[in-house]
Amino acid sequence: MGELAQGLVQAVQLILSGDPALTQIVLLSLQVTGIALFIAMLFGIPIGAALGLSRIRAQGIIVILLYTGMGLPPVVVGLFVYLMLSRAGPFGGLGWLFTTSAMVVAQVIISFPLVAGLTMVAVQSVDPQLRVQARSLGATRVQEMWTVLKEARIGVVAATVAAFGAIISEVGAVMLVGGNIEGKTRVLTTAIVLNTRTGEFELALALGIILLGIAFLINGAMMRLQRVADD
Amino acid sequence: MTEAIFRLAQLVKQYGTRTILNLDALDILEGETLALVGPSGAGKSTLLRLLNFLETPTSGTIIYRGATVAHSSVPIKLRREITTVFQRPVLINSNVRDNIAYGLALRGVSCARIVDEMLERVGLTELSRATARKLSGGEMQRVALARALAIAPRVLLLDEPTANLDPYNIGLIEDIVRAQNRERGTTVVLVTHNIFQARRLAHRVGLLLNGRLVELSATAAFFDNPQDPRTASFVRGEMIY
Repeated sequence: MGELAQGLVQAVQLILSGDPALTQIVLLSLQVTGIALFIAMLFGIPIGAALGLSRIRAQGIIVILLYTGMGLPPVVVGLFVYLMLSRAGPFGGLGWLFTTSAMVVAQVIISFPLVAGLTMVAVQSVDPQLRVQARSLGATRVQEMWTVLKEARIGVVAATVAAFGAIISEVGAVMLVGGNIEGKTRVLTTAIVLNTRTGEFELALALGIILLGIAFLINGAMMRLQRVADD
Repeated sequence: MTEAIFRLAQLVKQYGTRTILNLDALDILEGETLALVGPSGAGKSTLLRLLNFLETPTSGTIIYRGATVAHSSVPIKLRREITTVFQRPVLINSNVRDNIAYGLALRGVSCARIVDEMLERVGLTELSRATARKLSGGEMQRVALARALAIAPRVLLLDEPTANLDPYNIGLIEDIVRAQNRERGTTVVLVTHNIFQARRLAHRVGLLLNGRLVELSATAAFFDNPQDPRTASFVRGEMIY
């Protein structure tokens, strides 16, 4: 309990001190997660919407793959990306291993199935009669699909929240492919692991509390967005 | 009210091997209110979906305003002349105003005056900013009707629009439909289980049974002097199959 209280005090002190190393770690965490989430949304929302709106031959297998992807162990993703980007791997020439690019790739792989899968479910849960009604009122195919996607917007925001939560707190993959290099690829989660290993529990706790605070603020903002979408 | 806006010939709709609708011929006259009555499963709603080009017939032809419609590619301009108000109103997750403006927005029209006029016609001006899905069943159906009328359809299809509604809302909706037909010349095709409603609103009434048109005649003749014994049974309120 003492360590927890100390960690809380230290977290407040760290934030107030404006420690440049901490600022850099926080900004890098937000940058990597933000870019990964943006890419996952860019591809995941249209693909999820298309799967929810249409019936294609390979639909069954695609859905099974997506659901499997939603439960992918991050460390396995990290291992896979590591092998792909290592010198001997097929994408070794890119030189991305132990860079933020590799971390983004790993986080996209983790978050994409969540965004696409949950968007698909959100779209499928919209009353099918709405499409018929839209068509009856003169909607084109595109307008019909846009209407359904707009109706599913609360679910789409929920998909984004779930994906954000999964990658902001993720450590296994970013540790493997980023390497936790100070000033270069160290993010909040990998810094927590490092400080725990070196016995600096107060600092680890402080970083954990900051991470939770960031997650709380961003989830709060997304919930607000969800409420606006619902009104 | 002499020109046929719809001419249906040898129109068949099957689902699998089951024939839902099998009409030899049916003309729907421009500007009339035609009521289609009959028991559940008679093919009434299927006929409305075919008239709204929401489904493709298995065989037969639909001639709309003198031109045969190719079901593979119904022009959007033509589709936008016809709309349906369904038994269960499906509204978008927004306020009443946005729902009424929905069909106009699809056409790229933003006209607050039309929305205001529709709100007034259906008696929902006070609720224009209310969440549409939180309204009562009758109010939701009035929103659906206002949304349909806002696009000034040439043909208004009504699929059991007042089923499960209270007498007040039934009266309101019937008054609006009657006015739309009389004052604006909109052709109305009404599917209803309520023969009294058919009698109140329609110029002509047709009885559908097992996908076939048993009898079609002027409203007074349909109720007072039915030619087919099944029609006579139906108007007496007896069960027919």
